[in-house]
Amino acid sequence: MKKKNLTPSQLAEQQAKENAAALAALQKRREKEHKKMMKKDGTNKRVGKSWRNDVGIFILLTLLGLFMIFPIYLAVVNSLKPVQEVYLMPPKLYAMEPTLDNFRDLFKVASDSWVPFSRNVFNSIFVTVVATVFHVAFACTAAFILAKCKFPGAAALNRIIVVSLLFNSTVTYIMQYIVMANLGMINTYAALILPIIPSTMGLFLMRQSMTTLPDAMIEAAEIDGAGLMRICWGIIMPNSKPALMTIIIFEFQSAWNATGGSLVYDEALKTIPVVVQQIAAAGIARQGAIAASAVVLMIPPLAVFIAAQRNVMETMAHAGMKD
Amino acid sequence: MAQQAAQKEILLRSERKMSRKEKREYTLHEMKRNKMCYIMLAPFMILFIIFTAIPVVMSLPIGFTSFDMASFPKWVGLENFYTLFLNDDVFIKAIRTTLIFAIFTGPLSYAMSFMLAWLINELHPTLKTIFTLVFYAPSMAGNIYFVWQLIFSGDSYGYLNAFLSEFGITTSAIQWLTDANYVLPCVIVVQLWVSMGAGFLALRAGFQGIDKSMYEAGAIEGIKNRWQELIHITIPSMGPQLMFAAVMQIVSAFTVDIVGRTLAGFPSTDYKVHTIMTHAYDYGWVRYEMGYASAICFVLFIAMYICNNLVSKLLSRYMD
Repeated sequence: MKKKNLTPSQLAEQQAKENAAALAALQKRREKEHKKMMKKDGTNKRVGKSWRNDVGIFILLTLLGLFMIFPIYLAVVNSLKPVQEVYLMPPKLYAMEPTLDNFRDLFKVASDSWVPFSRNVFNSIFVTVVATVFHVAFACTAAFILAKCKFPGAAALNRIIVVSLLFNSTVTYIMQYIVMANLGMINTYAALILPIIPSTMGLFLMRQSMTTLPDAMIEAAEIDGAGLMRICWGIIMPNSKPALMTIIIFEFQSAWNATGGSLVYDEALKTIPVVVQQIAAAGIARQGAIAASAVVLMIPPLAVFIAAQRNVMETMAHAGMKD
Repeated sequence: MAQQAAQKEILLRSERKMSRKEKREYTLHEMKRNKMCYIMLAPFMILFIIFTAIPVVMSLPIGFTSFDMASFPKWVGLENFYTLFLNDDVFIKAIRTTLIFAIFTGPLSYAMSFMLAWLINELHPTLKTIFTLVFYAPSMAGNIYFVWQLIFSGDSYGYLNAFLSEFGITTSAIQWLTDANYVLPCVIVVQLWVSMGAGFLALRAGFQGIDKSMYEAGAIEGIKNRWQELIHITIPSMGPQLMFAAVMQIVSAFTVDIVGRTLAGFPSTDYKVHTIMTHAYDYGWVRYEMGYASAICFVLFIAMYICNNLVSKLLSRYMD
């Protein structure tokens, strides 16, 4: 068709027709896709989701997973082996006569030391709970401000947080010791707890995930007259559940493994990891004792991990929000 | 048009008119208006300044001194850095080793974390939890890499040697962790094994936070398969988490140290797994030459900083 010969009004008519045809085709295609997407019972289905894909993914992940889990399995097996089996030739992948002797020895030695073991258990629980609670409370409020508020210094602070992650503790450790000695914190609970609370890793993760939340959420709350604290804990936090659970896992882990290094030397202040590692290092049947101590130390973070992961409900963060 | 130009003119004039004094006043006013922000930042930031910022700032000048931790640091200027790059063969070797490790624990492990987190996300919720746990478990188990010592053990108690001889592949035991030919690959395997850490878990959380209705909308807009879904929906809405994982991966890639030191002993055969961090540990905590160790850490920090800037530039280009 030669467009040159048409008058403007005819041209417009022509174009309108073409547009209508294209629109109709698009509509048809979308309806088809939509039908394809909807199951017979009306529930939505994701594209490309088939059981064959899922089985393939499952097999791939299982193979990789076996490689990941195998050394941990070996540790568990070794902790269950009696002494005579540890040095068996060739080594077995299972315990022929599994016993709990290694664990029993561990706890027997632990309870025989001159500070009651319950004291160490209390220390560990106290340090871990206090550090995790305060870290979560402080890091979440700070992350919210850094992610969503504009104020003088915001950009600089965000930069500092990232840069601080790049520093490692080999050298700063001495300076940290000097600072804490000047504050009179050596050999106190404060030395165990306070340095792990401002962990920038948790703050950074929280900030990063909060930036993905729509601003409209906050604006709506502001119009309703909510203060920043209210917005943070009432609106932002419930929508950041996956990140929250992740930083709880991180902080719990670092608090649980906190030994205090040379900042704490009093027996009465020592945590479970310190005690257990001391025993394992001096034990009789070392290989078994080391494995047993590793298994014991792994249980609490594992429990927290499972609890946290189960708690991560597939939150519909943006439900009812249209940007 | 004319109106726009006029508006532009007004804007320009107001910018030009803002003197230094006015700017300061404006900043002060803004700070007062956002008082609540500072109050909410305070608890974290005060602790951060005391326990991280002050020690870091205090330790920066140490790299320019000779400091044995017994007497007061003595200023030596750039001497540490001259020695490091011109007179320290082990350091040059350590740079090479660190780069080898960095390739594996950096880009490779980053890609692996992302792929795994994505694949896991496609499964049933219970399987999600199980697989996330399985892949994160090595990072959770603290010092459990001692088990690898049992696997790679050079005597016939070693699992790998026992396995290989049982199937007749080898006849004599291989000294996996002391033979210069094998020690580096062995440590790399273990390093990869522990590298599904914070970055992986953050990516998992990122996937979980994605709005499901986006996928439905995507399907309507004509997305055909999961690859398209990944590229057009998932990655753009996960930018911040990808950045977090990248930073964590950079840090862990450049600070590889303890795994090699535990498994291959210290010092390792031919300095095969001697990284920059191992070098810093050597000078700081074995020889007590803190000034030199600080200089090493300073160089490492600069390298990480440059790398971090490059990666954030790259990511921001693809994200927005």
